[in-house]
Amino acid sequence: MKERTFRQDHLLGIEHLSVDDIETILETAEAFIEVSSRDVKKVPALKGKTVVNLFFENSTRTRSSFEIAAKRLSADLINFNSSVSSLKKGETLKDTVLTLEAMNPHIIVIRHSASGSPHYLTTFARSSIVNAGDGFHEHPTQALLDALTIQQRLRTLRGLKIAIVGDILHSRVALSNILLHQKLGNEIALVGPPSLVPAEFEKLGATVYYDIRRGVRNADVVMMLRVQAERGARNYFPSIREYRNLFAINREIFSLASRRAILMHPGPINRDVEIETSMADSDESVILQQVTNGIAVRMAVLYLLKGEIHETLN
Amino acid sequence: MRLLIKGGRLVDPAAGIDRVMDILVENGKVKEVAAAIKKAVNCPTLDAKGLAVAPGFIDMHVHLREPGQENKESIASGARAAVHGGFTSVACMANTEPVNDNRSVTEYIIARARQVGLVNIFPVASVSRGLLGENLVEMADLVEGGAVAFSDDGQCVMKADLIRKALEYAKMLDVPIIEHPEDHSISAEGQVNEGFISYKYGLRGMLKAAEEVIVARDLILQERIQSRLHLTHISTAGSVELIRNARRMKTPVSADATPHHLLLNEELVQNYNPVYKVKPPLRTEADRLELIRGLQDGTIDCIASDHAPHTRDDKDKEFEYAPFGVIGMETSFPVIHDRLVRAKLLTLNRLVELFSTNPARVLGLKDRGRVKAGYPADLTLLDLKKRFKIEEKDFRSKANNCPFLGWEGQGAIAYTIVSGNIVYSYKNR
Repeated sequence: MKERTFRQDHLLGIEHLSVDDIETILETAEAFIEVSSRDVKKVPALKGKTVVNLFFENSTRTRSSFEIAAKRLSADLINFNSSVSSLKKGETLKDTVLTLEAMNPHIIVIRHSASGSPHYLTTFARSSIVNAGDGFHEHPTQALLDALTIQQRLRTLRGLKIAIVGDILHSRVALSNILLHQKLGNEIALVGPPSLVPAEFEKLGATVYYDIRRGVRNADVVMMLRVQAERGARNYFPSIREYRNLFAINREIFSLASRRAILMHPGPINRDVEIETSMADSDESVILQQVTNGIAVRMAVLYLLKGEIHETLN
Repeated sequence: MRLLIKGGRLVDPAAGIDRVMDILVENGKVKEVAAAIKKAVNCPTLDAKGLAVAPGFIDMHVHLREPGQENKESIASGARAAVHGGFTSVACMANTEPVNDNRSVTEYIIARARQVGLVNIFPVASVSRGLLGENLVEMADLVEGGAVAFSDDGQCVMKADLIRKALEYAKMLDVPIIEHPEDHSISAEGQVNEGFISYKYGLRGMLKAAEEVIVARDLILQERIQSRLHLTHISTAGSVELIRNARRMKTPVSADATPHHLLLNEELVQNYNPVYKVKPPLRTEADRLELIRGLQDGTIDCIASDHAPHTRDDKDKEFEYAPFGVIGMETSFPVIHDRLVRAKLLTLNRLVELFSTNPARVLGLKDRGRVKAGYPADLTLLDLKKRFKIEEKDFRSKANNCPFLGWEGQGAIAYTIVSGNIVYSYKNR
């Protein structure tokens, strides 16, 4: 394994990572993939360390993924479920976190609907903070697991065209991916209606397309975003029906992408809304591989933040 | 009761004076302004040599939170903060609990202000009952009770028909309507200025257009009505341009801007520190520079702080859940003097217009904003050489939600004199 150069105290977003950091995380994750293929899927890298999963939004896949990642590293993990928490009694986020910190955890993984909540935690908490999705802002481990998946399938992370289709405005998955591929120097195409894809995103090094055919053309990666019915209710688009007609991915549109192109989706997918159901199950679809890679990437992140430096994987 | 203020540089734009003058105060009023007034026996003297003397500063947009939210601020703590900031008069907004939409609340505020003393407090009543934007308050009764202006402030008067009627009715009473221009259907749940920064940091945005469509709407109505319309805390280059054009068309309008919109921009929200969460939001650098041009060319008449105190707990939250607002009365003069006057973007004379002459005119305070025999002796004395550092420990406000903490510069309030009484002195602070 490459010598560890990761010097971050927290993982708040892709924004704060260098290309070196990103590569270190991905290399570490690749090493952890082997662990998950063993019969006994456990290493002692975080033995004696405590990880708190602090989730204020419903999430099955991300929460479970962090949970499995922590357990495979032999960390002790507790899930803090907001529905049974003291938040219902009016406790503030700060008091909740200070209370948890009084029990001396090492890492707090937070998912919160308010953008910047993980950053707020770092102003008073002693633990390492991992952002598992904050509002419309970032979801760094998703972008990292997406990058790992791309690297596995396309054998490179450079010189690619990445098309991201859907609700860019409200998507933390999109923003983290945009920031990551901007750092790697890839071409980024953002596709959606202007109400969901403001032109200012071009300042992040992306190109905006309102026509999915033009956006997807020659793309190596086509990343579909989940469309929320609630955005329709707020008139970001007139109806799901019209959205599907304009922006869903189907075989015909996907055939415009490069010959080796892969189809990604952070999940959960809406079959036959943003993604034609046969496409979701096609050979080009890497949706389940993304989920699998999520564990290795999260193991890498937890390990790099709090693992003992002298410990190696074997 | 007499006081002789000797040897100060009097800066009184209304009288066209900027030279060393003595001022004799008697029984709370200015008795005489002259180049050299002989000291009478037993007359206390304030040596103002080296100081600038201005007509008392007036902050025409503050929130004193009383009645109802005394944990954030009270009339007493707000008054102490005001005089610490050099203000001899403040106009307080109507979003108290209960709302200042009837004479009894206005009279309560005036009675409390009188008990506290220190500073002149002029209540601004709401335009609509309960700030609900539906029905007009009893404006004539409120004026008789002491209200000097009407504003739904943060709510903005969203119904064009209601602002039309309010402007028309206020014309009869010769009082200003103060509009906080914000189309809530556009700004909605916005947290910061909408644009690159809001997208990059995942914060819901408030378009500049949310402000500008209301500015444009009100100016179009006002063109016909010719009442007294004041647009408060304007924040965008587009608003400045709309107002500039309206003035060219001779449409009566006045406007103010806040120190935070004049000195800060949206880049500050990147760390999600709620101290920079304010309405209207901090805008772009280009907007900020255009606001300064608006001060220079007369498009913007006044500087007002929109002093909006909140408790420490209120602001110690996730950005999205923290309330909007910053405090400002205690920092307005030093930061504006240091960053705009010392930087030669404004003259001291213009600063005094913005802080005193014009707010008095806009609010219709006929015997204020000028140092003249027979007028109340409200004076703000400035030490332009004195270094300052903005520190929480010096605040008299209950709140600390100040975006200028740690700022250093030059120019401090030396004395605040209200009706001839020295209510603040930097010598014994």
